[in-house]
Amino acid sequence: MTETAVPQQAEPSAPRPRAAPAGWLGRALDSDVFYSFRRSRLTMIAGAVTLLFFLVAILAPLLAVQDPFDPAQLQLMNSRIAPLWTADGQSPFLLGTDEQGRDVLSAILYGLRISLAVGVLGVVFAGALGILLGLIAGYFGGAVDSLIMRIADVQLTFPAILIALLVNGVVKSVFGNRLDAASTLAVLVFAIGLSFWVQYARTVRGSVMVEKNRDYVAAAQLIGLPAPVIMLRHVLPNTMGPILVIATINLALAIITEATLSFLGAGMPDTMPSLGTLIRVGNNYLFSGEWWIVAFPGFSLAALILSINLLGDWLRDALNPKLR
Amino acid sequence: MQMSVRQMSVRQILLAAITASIAAFAPASAQTLRYANQGDLKSLDPYTLRETTTIAHHGHVYEGLVARDKELKVVPGLAESWETPEPTRWRFHLRHDVKFHNGDPFTADDVLFSADRVRAVGSDFATVLPAGAKFVKVDDYTVDVMLASPNPILITQWDGWYIMDKKWCEENSAVAPTPASATTPSYASLHENGTGPFFIESHQPGVKTVFKPYAGWWRKPEHNLKEIVFTPIASASTRVAALLSGEVDVIEPVPIQDIQRVNASGNAKVLTGPELRTLFIGMDQLRDELLYSNIKGKNPFKDIRVREAFYKAIDVDLIKNRVMRGLSTPSALMIAPELFSLSKDFIRPKADPEAAKKLMVAAGYPDGFEVTMDCPNDRYVNDAAICEAVVGMLARIGVKIDLLAQPKQLYFAKVLKPGGFKTSFFMLGWQPASQDSHNVMHDIMGCREDPQDTSRGATNLSGYCNKDFDALTDKALVETDAAKRDQLIKQAFEISIKDYAYIPLHQQALAWGVSNKVKLTQRPDNQVLLYWATKQEQ
Repeated sequence: MTETAVPQQAEPSAPRPRAAPAGWLGRALDSDVFYSFRRSRLTMIAGAVTLLFFLVAILAPLLAVQDPFDPAQLQLMNSRIAPLWTADGQSPFLLGTDEQGRDVLSAILYGLRISLAVGVLGVVFAGALGILLGLIAGYFGGAVDSLIMRIADVQLTFPAILIALLVNGVVKSVFGNRLDAASTLAVLVFAIGLSFWVQYARTVRGSVMVEKNRDYVAAAQLIGLPAPVIMLRHVLPNTMGPILVIATINLALAIITEATLSFLGAGMPDTMPSLGTLIRVGNNYLFSGEWWIVAFPGFSLAALILSINLLGDWLRDALNPKLR
Repeated sequence: MQMSVRQMSVRQILLAAITASIAAFAPASAQTLRYANQGDLKSLDPYTLRETTTIAHHGHVYEGLVARDKELKVVPGLAESWETPEPTRWRFHLRHDVKFHNGDPFTADDVLFSADRVRAVGSDFATVLPAGAKFVKVDDYTVDVMLASPNPILITQWDGWYIMDKKWCEENSAVAPTPASATTPSYASLHENGTGPFFIESHQPGVKTVFKPYAGWWRKPEHNLKEIVFTPIASASTRVAALLSGEVDVIEPVPIQDIQRVNASGNAKVLTGPELRTLFIGMDQLRDELLYSNIKGKNPFKDIRVREAFYKAIDVDLIKNRVMRGLSTPSALMIAPELFSLSKDFIRPKADPEAAKKLMVAAGYPDGFEVTMDCPNDRYVNDAAICEAVVGMLARIGVKIDLLAQPKQLYFAKVLKPGGFKTSFFMLGWQPASQDSHNVMHDIMGCREDPQDTSRGATNLSGYCNKDFDALTDKALVETDAAKRDQLIKQAFEISIKDYAYIPLHQQALAWGVSNKVKLTQRPDNQVLLYWATKQEQ
């Protein structure tokens, strides 16, 4: 146990610039949050990986060698080709192909688009719903508060995946089992949004209950501002910290939930696979020597979720004044 | 030295009791056999779904008037003998020593009741009895069947027509059959009362079904089982893992990518063989407008050029090589070569996507059209993968297919007769229960709306209808000269091929995974019948 074995304060941190540069970018770069971001190498890697996933998902049509959602581009002759670096590999299929001749890498890129779209939209939907209901409950209190929070409490007793399955099942039985791709996507977003709103509502309500007794709220009420303006313009910004943390962690949860639904066969159809669908289909070949069909989508999903979770953890610590 | 009970210590008494109970309750020879299939056993009502896996499950608890032996030959079942005094009158002599599982005796009344029930609305088995057949009770153990026209193959489908207990059905308001589209289970779909070698001790649809041997069975059992536990395992790799770990003893089917691995494992092997089922693709050519398509006001499948284009776009050899890994036999006919002697006269033309494209242009669909395809995903070997491959092949001639692959309960409930034939484009497999072409021609390819024969076309999901074809079907039924009959069947098949009535794909290969501890009989009709299975002692 020598002194050198003990890691010194991570990296030698650059002295913080005294004079704040102008503009929002300058302010952001000068903020405490960004300072703590630069101090954590793990967070920087997680941030880079997350950014990379978003980028390749957006640029998928440029990067992929085929459009795996277009059946006319799939050649059955090219089915079950091993990854490029193995003896049976064939160009241009870097990560091999599945049993329909779908390039695994292209399928992952396009699958990521669905996973991320469902995740982000699901979080936005859940966040909007939760923030709205939380604001109303916290600001008005009384019977409204009791009603909303009791519904939230009841919903908290069910696991999110169960609610998502339920919503998914009900919607599909109402509209029939045949939905086009866009509607399936909307149903997934709706199902995931409905299963995650409670956390936002509870957090916002708590913050609002604290904030609404502050002087600035009383002042706003005195000059006669209507309740929606006070809620949105004055109270809400002061509750955004915890919301950001929840949203980041929920993004990972929403992606996992979508993958689980698709893995159970309740998500995207086989002809438009998301990461969960790819894992479900590839699962059948896992023990048969065709490991790449499931391994790469699984690895991508794990890497994506891990990165987002690490970012969420860091954000939670960075925004907590007690940990500074 | 002798010891009285009083002298024995408590511990000794306990020990003796335990030893005695082990000896009493675990006879060394009786074994539990665990069986897993990719699909579920939904309904116990034997008239709900005419599907091989389901019929085989029911065959453990129910029996028909006739049965089929290990070589698929028709043998006496609940009827010990029969004769045909006139071509239109059959006389059946029933067994006297048969009791249902609840103790009710089996009599002619049960046969008459079952004949009514199997033809009632909701039954999927109505075609086992020809139109106009009348059942007459002569005495308690003799039944006459009066036919409208001679039918030499009357009993060939009766091994899957199981006899139910009239009294039990009436007592439990189960007189009406449970349709495949039913959403709430009926009494008969959750309980059974058959005469067969096993009774069902517990049935949880989708979870597990436990069969126990019926001590009062009239035959001598060939198995050494004290219990059969059936579990559906939908995931292919989980099913194989369960077999290799010894968690289950028999699985059906073994996914073709795992056949080598199972054979190399040392504790199980794969029984393979050609199956008599033909897989095919059908197109709704009856409705004036397709139910699920973007073409409105007309039905593209009514145009023979579109059907021909579809036929030519689908490459069955590629499906064989890639999706089926060589384990299928591409077929030109809607029947397996083993079941029709003139099959070799028919050769399936090679796929020709270029010609298909030209046909689509000629038919007025240069950019194709959209249509939904119905497909099961837990019924046939690689069923969903075959459908996906077909989607890709048709995409090349511009047809955009929305693939709806679902578990067989949902699929059958939608596309079969009780669901109203709700499909525009589908894949189905069919094996004639009679092991004869007439069943295919009558049930699958016969006109749906025939006032003389309402059961014709009962499973004709595509609505194909050609009166010349039906006339040949009816001639083939009554023709007794085998060579002449085969010629009639050949003519009929030629008509249907010229009409592009259906697109036959292939016969799949049977693949059962069987633990080395188990010996059983594999019938080419793919019925897993475990009353012929023996399991070696532990």
